[in-house]
Amino acid sequence: MSQLIEIRWHARAGQGAVTAAKLVADTALMQGAYIQAMPEYGPERTGAPLKAYTRVCDEPIEVHNTITNPDIVVVLDDTLLETVDVTEGLKDDGTLILNTELSVEEVRDLLGVPATTKVAVVDASGIAMDTIKRDIPNTPIVGALSQVTGVVPLDLVKERLINTFGKKFAQEVIDANLESVDRAYKEVSVA
Amino acid sequence: MKMPALDTFDEWTPEEIPTGFVANAGTADQYVTGGWRSMRPVWFKDNCVSCMMCFLACPDSSIEVEDGKMVGIDYDHCKGCGVCVHECRFKALDFIREEEVVHEEEEEIASVIEKAKEA
Amino acid sequence: MSDHKAFSATGNQMIAEAIRQIDPDVMAAYPITPQTTIVENYAKYVANGKVHTEFVTVESEHSALSACIGASAAGARVATATASQGLALMWEELHIAAGMRTPIVMANANRALSAPISIHGDHSDVMGARDTGWIILFAETAQEAYDNTVISFRIAEDKRVLLPVMTTLDGFITSHAMERCEMEEDQTVKDFVGEYTPLYPLLDTDNPVGHGMFANGTSYMKYRSVLRKVNHGALPIIEEYGKAWAEITGRPYELIDAWGVEDADYVVVVLGSAAGNVRHVARQMREEGVKIGVVRPRVYRPFPAEQLVNACKNAKAIAVMDRSDTVGGQYGPLAVDTMAALYEAGLSIPVKNYVFGLGGADVTNELILEVFSNFEKLEKGELDRDLAFLGV
Repeated sequence: MSQLIEIRWHARAGQGAVTAAKLVADTALMQGAYIQAMPEYGPERTGAPLKAYTRVCDEPIEVHNTITNPDIVVVLDDTLLETVDVTEGLKDDGTLILNTELSVEEVRDLLGVPATTKVAVVDASGIAMDTIKRDIPNTPIVGALSQVTGVVPLDLVKERLINTFGKKFAQEVIDANLESVDRAYKEVSVA
Repeated sequence: MKMPALDTFDEWTPEEIPTGFVANAGTADQYVTGGWRSMRPVWFKDNCVSCMMCFLACPDSSIEVEDGKMVGIDYDHCKGCGVCVHECRFKALDFIREEEVVHEEEEEIASVIEKAKEA
Repeated sequence: MSDHKAFSATGNQMIAEAIRQIDPDVMAAYPITPQTTIVENYAKYVANGKVHTEFVTVESEHSALSACIGASAAGARVATATASQGLALMWEELHIAAGMRTPIVMANANRALSAPISIHGDHSDVMGARDTGWIILFAETAQEAYDNTVISFRIAEDKRVLLPVMTTLDGFITSHAMERCEMEEDQTVKDFVGEYTPLYPLLDTDNPVGHGMFANGTSYMKYRSVLRKVNHGALPIIEEYGKAWAEITGRPYELIDAWGVEDADYVVVVLGSAAGNVRHVARQMREEGVKIGVVRPRVYRPFPAEQLVNACKNAKAIAVMDRSDTVGGQYGPLAVDTMAALYEAGLSIPVKNYVFGLGGADVTNELILEVFSNFEKLEKGELDRDLAFLGV
């Protein structure tokens, strides 16, 4: 059976979840994987809760539906925890990654995730404010995802960022993004 | 372009029908529509100054022109709309019922026969 | 596994790329979600001078196809794209485009029709075009959307066909999802498609012709019989170009993608992206010893009846999954076509028709399992044969 990894992203519109979903897919593709990345389309207003999806597989991906039983859930905004059931359908041995100032223990208590589920937290917004100078947690959180899950290696994520941003942005913007990825990779705490 | 003749239109076999039901251009000339007329424009040459307003207004290109002068009406294609009559400012065009023409023609034929008999 | 040619793109991007490579003379389009990015991308190519296409901006979808028909009659190679209400607004022009035999290639991101308002994917729009005379292709993936678009030009412009071709992909599901794709070199595509020589171009003033003529009853009927014959006759030509393109790309082409039918007890017939979902679940069921085949026509008009029958003939029961409904009719469009083909072949295999995924409703594994779990009852004649709405 093929090795299919399914990632579900929770965010608010404007936080760059779709870009992150595509960044992970594109990076996996650099390793020769088959990929899928898509947003869930609905009413789109900045701040509205949204979902995005990434699939990575070593064989062609046949399914074309939303991800209901993800291996990995990434939450870009912890205020969503009050209104959205982010762990819905998450596999018991899956991984939950949050952009939050809460500790792993606090998140575990809050969401009541099973002990078999890996929980990781990183202050991606704080890192983004330090480095990119804007609250765009989508790039740093991919660094955390790389550290915690190994779905995509850090060096390829950075290479991909340089390829994507190189065409559009100034060198300092690219450097800031690369630094944010590095910091989230190092600062993420897992338990 | 080689196309089947338009007057055999109804006899075309499916194989003969040109792709897209395309036809040679200008075939309206072959299609006599004068029979649709119930009113007929009549031209009075003596009043006509060849201002060409009738020519411009005619939707069926039925005003006949030679050397820039109005010379008559193409009754094979004139559908009798009367726009030319409406546009004429020189009383050079009148509009009459087709029956009157038929009646006049019958009278004319009768008089010809009469004259022939007398001779 | 690694392939240097592979890159990521959405279905819409892939169609825009295919059209860019072919570089048609005219594109007239009115952007409507979810095909918008095809036209948006293409407008960029025009603005950046990457193509020589005359891009005509119009005030509606009706005008978009009208302009395409005019340009095609004039002798231009023409492409456009639409979706949903836009395709619905084109309805009268769809018939004219096919009747005038204008070889236009139009992409459609298949989508629901209002009401209620929905922007999401289903086949309600394209099924409204099924009887218009257009050739209609369905793609499962972004990759197939690209391949179908390339061969569409060959099919449309072949002198034995000369019909407009609709190259469709599922709205959002395929149009906006990013997938791993491959693309051939620009020159390879240009060489494959070749130069377009129109048959009776209006702009050939040395040979003046009239297009869009009047035909009375008998002639009209004779002509429509030609249209039917030409549309049906396109099937082997579609296959010919599909296979020729497959030879170049290495990506196989069949009129019907028949998966696992050789030894299948049951068969599911389905169009577009959902076929992948059904195959995915059927693959898992095989591990449990349940043999289900999946039959996906890549060409819907002309309908490949013979190929479909061949793929289904050994099944004990068949499920036809329609992503649109013929409200007031007995069964969905794909089911009606399938049943007619089976009946004509003298096969009385029980068929159950499901309508699914309307308005982008998610095609979950559970729903597919529901279809699978009904097969045994269907085979034994214990299942009612009414059309069923899946997941409602």
